[in-house]
Amino acid sequence: MPQSAEKTLDHAPLFCEPEYRKMLAKKKLKFECPHPDQVVSDQREFTKSWEYREKNLARQALVVNPAKACQPLGAVFAAAGFERTMSFVHGSQGCVAYYRSHLSRHFKEPSSVVSSSMTEDAAVFGGLKNMVDGLANTYKLYNPKMIAVSTTCMAEVIGDDLHGFIENAKSEGSVPRDFDVPFAHTPAFVGSHVDGYDSMVKGVLENFWKGTARSEATASVNIIPGFDGFCVGNNRELKRLLDLMQVTYMFIQDASDQFDTPSDGNFRMYDGGTKINDVKAALNAEGTLSLQYYNTRKTLDYCRAVGQATTSFRYPLGVEATDELLMAISDISTREIPEVIRLERGRLIDAMADSQAWLYGKKYAIYGDPDFVYGMARFIMETGGEPTHCLATNGTSAWEDEMKELLASSPFGKNAQVWPGKDLWALRSLLFTEPVDLLIGNSYGKYLERDTGTPLVRLTFPIFDRHHHHRFPLMGYQGGLRLLTAILDKIFDNLDRETMHAGVTDYSYDLTR
Amino acid sequence: MTFKYHNDSDFHAKLIADVLSQYPDKAAKRRSKHLSLATSEKDGNATSECEVKSNIKSVPGVMTIRGCAYAGSKGVVWGPIKDMVHISHGPVGCGQYSWSQRRNYYVGLTGIDTFVTMQFTSDFQEKDIVFGGDKKLEKVIDEIAELFPLSNGITLQSECPIGLIGDDIEAVARKKAKEHATTVVPVRCEGFRGVSQSLGHHIANDAIRDWVFDKKDIKFDPGPYDVNVIGDYNIGGDAWASRILLEEIGLRVVGNWSGDATLAEVERAPRAALNLIHCYRSMNYISRHMEEKYGIPWMEYNFFGHSQIDASLRNIAEHFGPEIQEKAEKVIAKYQPLVWAVIDKYWQRLSGKRVMLYVGGLRPRHVVTAYEDLGMEIVGTGYEFGHGDDYQRTGHYVKDGTLIYDDVTGYELEKFIEGIRPDLVGSGVKEKYPVQKMGIPFRQMHSWDYSGPYHGYDGFAIFARDMDMAINNPVWGLYDAPWKNDRILAAVAG
Repeated sequence: MPQSAEKTLDHAPLFCEPEYRKMLAKKKLKFECPHPDQVVSDQREFTKSWEYREKNLARQALVVNPAKACQPLGAVFAAAGFERTMSFVHGSQGCVAYYRSHLSRHFKEPSSVVSSSMTEDAAVFGGLKNMVDGLANTYKLYNPKMIAVSTTCMAEVIGDDLHGFIENAKSEGSVPRDFDVPFAHTPAFVGSHVDGYDSMVKGVLENFWKGTARSEATASVNIIPGFDGFCVGNNRELKRLLDLMQVTYMFIQDASDQFDTPSDGNFRMYDGGTKINDVKAALNAEGTLSLQYYNTRKTLDYCRAVGQATTSFRYPLGVEATDELLMAISDISTREIPEVIRLERGRLIDAMADSQAWLYGKKYAIYGDPDFVYGMARFIMETGGEPTHCLATNGTSAWEDEMKELLASSPFGKNAQVWPGKDLWALRSLLFTEPVDLLIGNSYGKYLERDTGTPLVRLTFPIFDRHHHHRFPLMGYQGGLRLLTAILDKIFDNLDRETMHAGVTDYSYDLTR
Repeated sequence: MTFKYHNDSDFHAKLIADVLSQYPDKAAKRRSKHLSLATSEKDGNATSECEVKSNIKSVPGVMTIRGCAYAGSKGVVWGPIKDMVHISHGPVGCGQYSWSQRRNYYVGLTGIDTFVTMQFTSDFQEKDIVFGGDKKLEKVIDEIAELFPLSNGITLQSECPIGLIGDDIEAVARKKAKEHATTVVPVRCEGFRGVSQSLGHHIANDAIRDWVFDKKDIKFDPGPYDVNVIGDYNIGGDAWASRILLEEIGLRVVGNWSGDATLAEVERAPRAALNLIHCYRSMNYISRHMEEKYGIPWMEYNFFGHSQIDASLRNIAEHFGPEIQEKAEKVIAKYQPLVWAVIDKYWQRLSGKRVMLYVGGLRPRHVVTAYEDLGMEIVGTGYEFGHGDDYQRTGHYVKDGTLIYDDVTGYELEKFIEGIRPDLVGSGVKEKYPVQKMGIPFRQMHSWDYSGPYHGYDGFAIFARDMDMAINNPVWGLYDAPWKNDRILAAVAG
């Protein structure tokens, strides 16, 4: 009997014990009706081949292990970035359980969202009654300043009209007439979570800006971060830089405090977020700057339509992208970039120079949202690395063109391939047939790490199986240091693992590197 | 069950009145039927039943913790069957959020002959909604056949739009099953059906009945001690820690439902001598069917905590007669030293600690005695998706005055926890972080907080260790900043 009270074995060691190995072997042999071992190992080898890759990439209907989520998740995340805002998802309640769990698993934080809990009768008669009752309950119970309504595929398929429903609910007294209920239609069968983010932020701006004339521009910059699993570290780092520059700025949608509330005995259902009065005032900003282009296309169109200058970045990572971001802010705000920031920049360059030999010529596969892949590929090329496979399941042909332009701008992008619309099962084939040294993405990449042996660096949403990464910035020069260290740590850990066999390979198990 | 304690009925009744007073009238009226206290029978200690309304629609606009029918079918019943490909049929989200999240442990080569921790979806686009998805589904199945030839079958897990746009997935299933000479099971588990995961379990069970049983000529020699383990999803290896005990007492586990299961195990189930059901809520339907159609009796059991494990092993053995009974006694005796070492180690640290539970379909009652085995007291419990018969069964487990909450809303649960200030809360990931912010120890009781197994004697040791590490963690003493804490300030001022 392997178990004991003194040294309690949980699943990881327990099932390695001989009793359990024997039991599992017997189960397989006698009851599972497995395929013969040879057949299984042949198929395993076949999946590594170019022939399998061609079949795999030729898929037209089946999607396996996609790196994207659906629109409402983006809308829920967006709503969390506004002051005392309860996210209200109109549709079947199971979806909300999934969004809340997904966000909680990544941030290790509460995620508060309500649903209109539509069931069969709502499918037949529409969800108006659910909206009327639901808004009344949310308003009374959770004391929000704003309720941000988005939809699920169910509500979209039956064609519920949010604007009309919300007006109806207000007429029936669910919430006061002047209470803010911005909304966004976010069908799950269109686009992905980045589009849901875009629609919800635009919905909030429209709620406050529509019908209001823009007065003379104030010398302030609006900043929209986009859907960002690292918003906690990133937003705070950017604010620090902006404060150093003495810029007047306003984050529109800032979930950093909401997904990093302190533990001190109180559960804060709402914390931080962009203040509603500030959203109103943001109409008169000099310009709006988006940190992620594909997350904010519609929103930026709207900002331009009301007369603001707009600029967008593609998840600014590394040196040049941060340079450009700071210069753009300097331009709009007419503030100089102070010397302390130049010194910070120099420190990142110093670190990159110190470590360059370990990074030069390394090949990478990068996957994730279009903006992330773009920003990461750019940084990798700055380190002398080669972004060999760049994959975004929610990437469009426009993104493909942009990526190709970026990659063509550097000799390190010469052999790169761009894979819009492909999933992680396709990436598996790519990694077997055209291997790389490192994989950059989210936690789902661990299956690729296991199957192909490519070390994974977790640098984007969602990260379920490692803790606290999101609390540290990836953006700015400080963020660059974090990126650099994360990649280097993986390289060194891997090198140690390969060389630590005593008396066999440990001649390269070096102390100083 | 000899562990005696009482809960404060008056205080709990006041808590219920307080939370209800915060709702709009209509919602308060609806919610009041779901909140109650366990009360004793007049003639004895055992509580008769916990009377709350259950399995009713959630109130809109409040934070229900429930999931949907798809979660019940794909996430619970079908998803863990390891050698089949389960297609999340519809838009990308449902499959994505449920991907690899339930810790249904299995052994197999993922992507080759095993597929549990993969996300297969038809990734519906707008055109599929407009023109229907059947053609696409056919193609999806063809592509699976080509790329995953060692998969032993396919299930079609319907997401919301499938039913709404009227796709005929049954016709697709029949056509493709014939073409590829494989099992294809359509499951109508659209998320809007029913009021929670629960209907999804039922629909999934019916799909096994209608699309798997009696469809093949099964070559299998049944034995007198053959059992199916029904309703164990192998969370963190639960089913393995259970199987080892059942084998030790001389039984042959021919099917494990559905953690670490293969389709073959499900197909052979009607030949077993007895069905042992752990999660009654999710799988009683198929057990009843097998009883009616094949005459296989079924028996509930509980493998949480030593007193229930002992009792369950004896009950199971009794069904098979002296030979197995004798072995069962030997097995129980064999594990007693472990059990008592665990209790000796943790009793002092845990006894008298008060626990609130809020989980899904069996744990709100099944784990009660596991806590009591460590001297802990249950002050409140409730189900996300229990039915009347679950609450009836709960009566056998809980003490007088226990707070009972059905489909509890986030708001109510938070207020109950604030009022009671228990020493431990056991619930899910959505509840974990709010509770911990309040400074109250928490364990996830759907996923075992990434630990486990908790079933069986091996699991009981882990369960005890985990509850101790949660409750007696030094972090809870660090919540107050010393400059805000008068007691510490006074001591420093000395």
